[in-house]
Order: sequence, then C-alpha cells, then structure tokens
Amino acid sequence: MSAPSVAAIEQFAGKGAARTAARKRNRDYGSGSERRPRWLTYTLLTVALIISFYPLYYAFLLASSTADDIARHPIPSLIPGSHLFDNIKKVFDADIGFWHAVENSVIVAVVTSVSVVLFSTLAGFAFAKLRFKGRGPLLVFVIATTAVPTQLGVIPLFMVMKQLGWVGQLQAVIVPGLVTAFGVFWMTQYLESALPYELIEAARVDGASMFRTFWSIALPAARPAATMLGLFTFVTSWTNFFWPFIILSGDNVTLPVALMRLQATFFKDMSLIMAGVVLSVIPLLVLFVIAGRQLVAGIMQGAVKG
Amino acid sequence: MTSTGTPQLAGPTSDDERVRQQRRVGFSQRLGRWDVKVSPYLYISPFFILFIVVGLFPLLYTGYVSFHKWDLLTGKGDSVGFENFDWVLHSDMFWKSVRNTFSIFLLSSVPQVIIALVLAAILDANLRAKTFWRMGVLVPYVVAPVAVSLIFGQLFADQSGTINAILAKVGIDPILWHSHVLPSHIAIATMVNFRWTGYNTLIFLAAMQAIPRDLYEAALIDGAKRVRQFFSITIPMLRPTMIFIVVTSTIGGLQIFDEPRMFDQAGRGGADQQYLTVTNLIYQLGWTNRNFGRASAVAWILFLMILVISLINYLLSRRISSDETAGAKKRKKVRA
Repeated sequence: MSAPSVAAIEQFAGKGAARTAARKRNRDYGSGSERRPRWLTYTLLTVALIISFYPLYYAFLLASSTADDIARHPIPSLIPGSHLFDNIKKVFDADIGFWHAVENSVIVAVVTSVSVVLFSTLAGFAFAKLRFKGRGPLLVFVIATTAVPTQLGVIPLFMVMKQLGWVGQLQAVIVPGLVTAFGVFWMTQYLESALPYELIEAARVDGASMFRTFWSIALPAARPAATMLGLFTFVTSWTNFFWPFIILSGDNVTLPVALMRLQATFFKDMSLIMAGVVLSVIPLLVLFVIAGRQLVAGIMQGAVKG
Repeated sequence: MTSTGTPQLAGPTSDDERVRQQRRVGFSQRLGRWDVKVSPYLYISPFFILFIVVGLFPLLYTGYVSFHKWDLLTGKGDSVGFENFDWVLHSDMFWKSVRNTFSIFLLSSVPQVIIALVLAAILDANLRAKTFWRMGVLVPYVVAPVAVSLIFGQLFADQSGTINAILAKVGIDPILWHSHVLPSHIAIATMVNFRWTGYNTLIFLAAMQAIPRDLYEAALIDGAKRVRQFFSITIPMLRPTMIFIVVTSTIGGLQIFDEPRMFDQAGRGGADQQYLTVTNLIYQLGWTNRNFGRASAVAWILFLMILVISLINYLLSRRISSDETAGAKKRKKVRA
C-alpha cells in the first residue's frame, strides 16, 4: 500500500506532521532534499577532487625537481623539491622567447574577449530587441553555424593570411576570433529576458539614437552575461593551440605554442618543461580563484537554456 | 522659437529661416528612420562578415583546392580532378588516422558521459559548500590541452613513467603507452576526459536540477528506491541534454589535434602512426609535405564525415524524442 501524500498529511494532521513526513521521505530520494548527504558522498567527491588536482600538483612537483630526480623516482614524493625557481629561470633564459609568449597570450586573450563581448552584445541586442526583416532566419543561421567545423577551413584561411601578409603576425590569431556565433547566441538569449522593452522605448522617446540606446541601456543590462562570455572567451583564447601553431612561428608565438617549442628543445629534461607548464597554468588558476563561481554559473545557465 | 545655441539679435524669425528649420526637422526625422531601419543590420554585420571571410569561404574553398595540385609555397597548379581524393582514399595513413580518431573519440566520450552523469548525481544533493565542489570538478577545464598533454605524457611515459611505476608495484608489467595502438588511445582519451568531464558534469547537474521534484515524489510513493529513480526518471529526463553533449562532443572530438600532437616531441602521431588523427594528418600533408591539395581532400572528407554523423545524430535524437512523447501519451492513457 502506498503512503498518503505530504499534502494529504498536512490536511489531516497539520503542518508539523507534514514537515516530518516530508523529511522522512526525503531520506529515501536524495536529490534536492533537505537532508544532508552522508560520508560516502563526500568521500566520492573528495576522490573526484583529487583526480582534478593531482595532475596539476604533479606538474608542480616535477617542476620543483631535477631531471635526475624524475628518472630516479618515477612516483614523485608529495613534498616539492627546491628547484622550482632555478627551473623557471632556465625557462625564461632559454632561447624560445617565453616571456614574449606570455605577453602575446595576454594581448590576444584580452583583445579577443573585449571584442567578442562588444560585438556579441551588439548583435544580441539587435536580435533580441529590434525588429527587422529576416531576423528569424538570420538568427537560425547564427545558431546553425555553431555546428560548422570551421577548423577544417584552415588551408584557405592560411592562404588569406598569406595574401594579407599576416603570416607570423599576432593579428592573424586575433582577427578570426573577434566575434563568435556562440557569443551572439548567448547574448541574444540573455537580453531577450533581461532587457525590458519599456526601457528601450523610454530611451527612444527621450531622443536617444539606436547606438546611444545600446550603449547606455542594453550594455549595462547585459553585464552579468557579458562577464561570463568574456571569461569563457578568455579561457578559450588562452588555451587555443591549433591555429596559432599553424600561423605563428619563431619567437612571436602564444603560450601553448611556446610550450611546444619548450618540449622540442628540452625533451630530455621534464623538470624544465613542467616549469613552463606551471607558468602557463598559473594565470588561469588565479582567474579561476577569482571568477570560478561565474564560470560554474555560466556553464549551468547555458545548459538550462541550450 | 527653438533655441539654436547662439543668441539671436533679429526679432521675428524670417520666412527663410523657418523653412530652413523645417527642413532640418525633416532631415533629422529621416535620419532617425534610417537609424531604426539600418542599425539592426549594422549591429549583426560584424558576425556575418567575419563568418563569411574566416569560416564559410575557407570551408568551401577547401573543396576547390582539393581538386588541384597546390603547393604551400608555389601555390595553385593544374586541376587534377579526383586525383587527390584517390590518393587519400588509397593511403594507409589516412585509414589509420580515421581508425585512431574514432577510437580516441569513443574512448573519450563514452566514459566521459557515464562519469559525468554519476558525478552530477552525486553533486545534486544538498551538499555543504556546494560551490566549492562544483568549482573543484571544473578546475581541469582552465588547463590548456597542450599543458594537459605534457603532464599526462609524463604520467603515461613508457620508461620511468608514473603510471607504469605504480603498475610495477602491484606486479603488472609496464604498458607501452606510447608505442602500442590501444594504450596510446587510452592515454590520449584520458587527457580529453580529464579536461572535459567536469564541464559536462555541470551541464548534467543543471539539467538534473530542472527535473520537477514531484516526479521523484510520485516514484517514491510507487516504492522506487534511489537507484531505480536514477534509471527511470533522471536518465530519461536528461535525454535532450545527453543528445546536446553527444552532438557537440562529436563535432569537437572528431577534430582532435592538440593532445596527439603533443603526446611526443616529434608530433607525427607515433612511429607507426598509432595515434595520428585526421586533423594531425591534415597538418602533416599541408605544412610538412607542403601538399595543400591532398590536405584539403582530407579536410573535405572529414567535413563530410562530421556532416553525416551529425545528420544521423539529428535523426536519432528526433526519433528518440518522438518515441518519448508517444510513450508519455501512452502512459497518460494508462493512468486515465
């Protein structure tokens, strides 16, 4: 026989009884319930966390040891060695322009993020709030392009860059990423719900031009979503390898390509390579500590909508 | 009189000036209408212009290049018809790269979806320090694939690698992670899983939290325990999300490049092409061998493969979702 519903209990036996019944029941199905999970849950999560962190800590351990240590102890001791700064210095002194690569990565990531946010918000504002012919089909087109493997067009893209004389130049990496379909779609979705028509109308009645309306009404309203989009773009740009690897060369590269050069130069000394890895990861880890919350929220919101 | 900014000495406005003002109003009105009409197109144009120049055109032009002899340095040569495709389809390397790509893709997507589902189910509890755990599983996402490959390349090193050392301790012979086919695929798939499992976990978690709680309540009344609830409610309700993840990971996974490129310092996919992927092959043909024609042929074949698989995905997911609604209707009928 099945038990009466919580609502029924409330009706017959009062609120207190209903609450107790609900709590009792929640013990049997955990999701979203009031009850706190038991130690098994936390143990499993701790294991997941160790798997998440250990490879990074491992890189740090190797980066603070020497090639000899690594050869002698394939399983590194959990206490770091004392050679981290030596190794870092060697990476910067090596003839691969590591510092220049750091600068390049910062430039590319910052410019790309700002530009993607600006152009995506502009397009999102138009798609979400302005009326124009062909709006629906054009938006469908934008969404469809997110599924197009544009990476497969690298060969003609390389030829285009060669025509422009941009091979080996930073703008060859920056320009193709100035605005993305995902960004446009993301901002359209957000502005549809976050920006009331009344605000736009009020601005228009006050005589603001379209661009003025965008700049002082839509852009501020878009801030939460724009921050997330900027963060994701930054991470994507910082970790991007394929295209920079093809188009950049010599000393004028971004960090992932510099790591590849580091590997090619020092493949016999893992401690130096790992020092480079640690250096390349630290900036994003700092960003993650500051803004990881927003990254989590961004993924979860995108998932609900997408 | 409308103010024009400068003080006017003349008393009554002359006819001449009135006409001029009217014309100005007319002009600004027209400007305003023009603003309303043209602005939307202006605002969406950066995306479309950029997409056409760096996305659509290159993709289509790849097809054109694939029908020619085309050198990286000297440029376009004779039109050769299907010769490049013929060469590619008869090349051992190409078929190896197709095998490797699909094998790595399966080894990375299937375990990833399963682990992400389980992790999401664990995270979907009333945890203490929720955000801490969620952020914890997402950490690997901010590590560049290149860095991930360098780290795992050492963990999976054939000699003096950490995993082989651990295996030796429990009495298992060392595995040649780099030189054998399947082990190298497992190693590379592990890198992909490391970086993306947490990300997909959060997507699943969000979808799980959107499942109406009264479904679980109803199941409970019917006497279903947690495991049964997971398989009979959570999994079916997550179907759209699963389709979404499968589709996006297919498009991305079949283009995998970074991890196999960085798995050893030579970056040629191993001595026997045991982990050469299709995108690695495109790079090798195009930039190492300077043969843009053949590289383009491979790119087009991969493009068509992705297209076909996406289409199958789409049809399958449509069928699944229509089955679902049919099932729901049947269920409703039974209940009524």
